[in-house]
Amino acid sequence: MADRAAFAELAMEHMPALYTAALRMTRNAADAEDLVQETYLKAYRGFDSFSEGTNLRAWLYRILTNTYINAYRAAKRRPEVSDVEDVEDLYLYHRIAPEAGSTRSAEEEVLAGFTDDEVKAAIEALPDAFRIAVLLADVEGFSYKEIAEITDVPIGTVMSRIHRGRRALEKTLAGFAQARGLVAAGPVAAS
Amino acid sequence: MGDDGRARCGGGKSSHVGCQEAVRQLYVYLDGELTEERRLQIAVHLDECGPCADAAGFEAELRAVVSSRCKDRVPDSLIARVAAAIAAEAELSDPTRPSGAP
Repeated sequence: MADRAAFAELAMEHMPALYTAALRMTRNAADAEDLVQETYLKAYRGFDSFSEGTNLRAWLYRILTNTYINAYRAAKRRPEVSDVEDVEDLYLYHRIAPEAGSTRSAEEEVLAGFTDDEVKAAIEALPDAFRIAVLLADVEGFSYKEIAEITDVPIGTVMSRIHRGRRALEKTLAGFAQARGLVAAGPVAAS
Repeated sequence: MGDDGRARCGGGKSSHVGCQEAVRQLYVYLDGELTEERRLQIAVHLDECGPCADAAGFEAELRAVVSSRCKDRVPDSLIARVAAAIAAEAELSDPTRPSGAP
């Protein structure tokens, strides 16, 4: 059992990461700040039930995610049913390097060209379930098992959401690179 | 990298992984979530197949770009706000909080 007096000392250091996640979830600063505050208050009130020695960071993300989903659903009054488009593997890569191995500098140029705003926009364009899964995996670095526990879904569903979300993310990013003339538009002929 | 659903490199030997399969397993491989046996099979393929190794390198770098380009600075006002909210909550809900030590 965790002592509430120790809460601030242990939990506050996670705020930068939680705030980043909250921003991607809510897509605006005011809602993200409210979400973070709500998360910390709930965590503080429930800290007695947190088992010391287990993963505090994952526990905080679980509260953040649940709070977001519940608030979002209450606000929108509709269940989340949105899906992502099916995008092929290596979508971006194939549009840079149809002749693999010969375009290393083109790859570097594409990767270096992405701005913070573009990457954030690409993540925020994903539907809720996919956005949260990709965020937890690729920005926060949680394992499949941890994400399954945080989001309360089976690990197979977590994997599917991460993988499909990443492919959709690649397609959005490819659009930004295409606008700079760095990648080919449209479908790529099968090799 | 063909789209005929079959392995192209080392096809026919079940212990060998082809391009198609390596690409399909790439995310899980990069996530470090494959079994050791499976991880080794993919690693061997990537050692032997330049195009797949290049694609894997690109995907890994893209992951790093996504992670590094997605940070935000917490406003100091939020840190202060949360700290104040917790302090208020502590006073409100727990005026007779016993010491943490047993």
